[in-house]
Amino acid sequence: MTIIQFIILGAAMFAVGLFGVLTRRNAVLVLASVEVMLAAVNINLVAFDTYLADPAHTGQVFALFVIALAAAEVGIGIAIVLMIFRNRHSADVDELDLMKY
Amino acid sequence: MVATALAFAGFVQEHAEEVHAGDGGTLAEYAWLIPLVPMVMAFVILFFGKFSPWKGWAMAAGTLGFVAVYGTALTVENLREGIVTQSAINVGDIGVFSLEWGVIVDGLSILMFFLVGVVGFLVFVYAKGYMKGDARHTWFFASFTLFVGGMLVLVSAPNFIQLILGWELVGVASYLLIGHYWEDLDNVDAANKAFMTNKVADAALFLGAVIMAVSAGSFNFAEIFTAMADGQTTLATLGFWAGLLLFIGAMGKSAQFPLHVWLPDAMAGPTPVSALMHAATMVTAGVYLIARLFPFYQVPEFAGDLNTIIVIIGAITLFFMGLLAIVQDDIKRVLAYSTVSQLGYMMAAMGVGAYTAGLFHLFTHAFFKGLLFLGAGSIIHAVHSNNMSDMGGLRKYMPVTFWTFMIGTAALVGIFPFAGFWSKDEIIASAYFNASDGEAAAWFMVVLSISGAVITAFYMARAVNLTFFGTYLGEGQPHESPAIMTWPMIALAVGAATTGLLNIPGLTQVFTDWVTTRAFPITEHHFEAVNFGLLAIITPAVLIGLGIGWLLYGSQRELHHTVTDDEGHRSVEVERPSYSVPVLTPVLEHGYYIDDLYMNGVVRPIMGPIADAVVWTDDTVIDAVPHLTAALTSEVGGVVVWTDDKAVDGFYHAAVGSVAAVGRFLRQFFPGQVQQYVALSFAGVVAIAALFIIF
Repeated sequence: MTIIQFIILGAAMFAVGLFGVLTRRNAVLVLASVEVMLAAVNINLVAFDTYLADPAHTGQVFALFVIALAAAEVGIGIAIVLMIFRNRHSADVDELDLMKY
Repeated sequence: MVATALAFAGFVQEHAEEVHAGDGGTLAEYAWLIPLVPMVMAFVILFFGKFSPWKGWAMAAGTLGFVAVYGTALTVENLREGIVTQSAINVGDIGVFSLEWGVIVDGLSILMFFLVGVVGFLVFVYAKGYMKGDARHTWFFASFTLFVGGMLVLVSAPNFIQLILGWELVGVASYLLIGHYWEDLDNVDAANKAFMTNKVADAALFLGAVIMAVSAGSFNFAEIFTAMADGQTTLATLGFWAGLLLFIGAMGKSAQFPLHVWLPDAMAGPTPVSALMHAATMVTAGVYLIARLFPFYQVPEFAGDLNTIIVIIGAITLFFMGLLAIVQDDIKRVLAYSTVSQLGYMMAAMGVGAYTAGLFHLFTHAFFKGLLFLGAGSIIHAVHSNNMSDMGGLRKYMPVTFWTFMIGTAALVGIFPFAGFWSKDEIIASAYFNASDGEAAAWFMVVLSISGAVITAFYMARAVNLTFFGTYLGEGQPHESPAIMTWPMIALAVGAATTGLLNIPGLTQVFTDWVTTRAFPITEHHFEAVNFGLLAIITPAVLIGLGIGWLLYGSQRELHHTVTDDEGHRSVEVERPSYSVPVLTPVLEHGYYIDDLYMNGVVRPIMGPIADAVVWTDDTVIDAVPHLTAALTSEVGGVVVWTDDKAVDGFYHAAVGSVAAVGRFLRQFFPGQVQQYVALSFAGVVAIAALFIIF
């Protein structure tokens, strides 16, 4: 196993996630795509941690932070989406143009 | 000329008597505090008095208390050891003259510190009751303190500059105090009259001081007297004129005929002001000036003529001004003319060379005249009128005022053993002593001063009878004044009764010792024994004056008519005796027409053209300035408005419009789509990454 395989995997997952974020209409799926992008980053962090043999394991620690952050983010994100859906009976991000101006 | 100067120098050296006196130690070293503290406190009261207890009164009375205590301490030390010292600091130089601020401490200045402090303190205590509820209470005490401070600057001055500074401060403060009730135009006129009359005299004082200073090369008294002793020729030549001009200055402040006109009108001020002004402050300044410059008035080359003038002016003042007191109805004006008359005694005593006698009368007069004025104030406080035609019978209503007033009257007319008896007798005895030496002017003075004593007795008998005896003619029920006003009167009554005992010829000589410590040596023509021959004339004469006064104005002369009015009510009308002597009474009532003479002869001819010129200048010159300014302002305003509308507003409109346009242009790229924002921010990340890779 070389580092390049992990980089390719991470890049591929990030690209998939980014594609999902930019193209999905459903807000829940956009959130799921964000999770995929975060997972890609985690793969990179852990891979480089091992590759560089960091005795402090900074990469792994960061990965844990990212996981915690992802959990928090998805919690808030889902809550926001739920509220939007309740109010508007739709979770279509194209209709959410309130951030204009 | 040189011979004159040499003779002059010889005279001064010959007559320089040895005075054994110390320098007073620390006590005298810090005497500069005496004038300084009231000067500073006047301004402290002005700015902070409103917030202090009793709205400035406590500070003012405290200041006077300090002066009284310090003056008493100096007096005791002076009587024990003798103090003669002076010190000064140099403030700056003008040409060859140095400006100095200093203090002179000798018997004369200590006497004034003591008088101003003690009498002033009592008057200030009294003023707390008298001025209660006055609209300008704090302002009154600030200017009153300034008045005292100016007097202390004057009497502590070792040079002409400081003396004139104090002299003018007293003038300004007296102007403020006389015009204290300025809502009434008469009071404002009185204040102006006092100020203007004093200014006429002050002009002479300046000239005299400048002549002396220029001849001697210094404003310092000590250096001027040294220059005289060294035989300064210019001074010897101009001496008569310098002395005369300085005496005219003294005539103004000490209200000598014919510059006395301001003093009776100065009664317009509050009564405590009259009391202090007539007792210890202001009017004594002229007598003080002559006493301070006494060595100058003894130089044989010119002093003979000068002293003759002083004696004649003093004698005329003491006699003719006393006569005016007879016809006054306002009780304060009676006392005012009495003061002028007593100042005549002091001045005349100075003229015959009776230095100690003159100062002794100044000292005792401060107590009994202060007391009489406080008594008059107490009466006015109760009756709400200055006129004796509204008084009468007050003996029953105001016992304290009555008894203290009687003591003051006894002291003023010279009843044994009250203060005035000793001091007035000393003056007349000294005058007689000089007269028998062959001075013609002194004879003139002896005759007039004995007649003056009779007149004094007569007008005081009249005033007392009309005020305290007979039937009360005023409105309402008069009441005795509060304790804060009666206690100072009692204290002054003690002084009026006993201060004469300080200098009984042959028995006590406390006062003589007091003023023996002199900064500048002098010789006196002073009589130091009881002249029984004169007493045998004076005392019966005084008693005759009192008797005539009682016969003409006593309550037995009151006529009671029973009147029945239309409705049948019966009431008693009281008619008082009034006498009119053809020619004499109208002349006296018009004050010898001196006021009319000044008004028509001096004031109007000068004031008319000045007023016309001022009106013309105001209409044509001064009004032109505001008119032009207004027109110009209007023009400038138009230009400014145009500039504001077009240029300034235009700039802001343009700036705001361009910002808005940029905003509208950029807004179309941001329609609010979340995914577009994400795409853009990712593109930004890519761009930054690309930059990193490339560079």
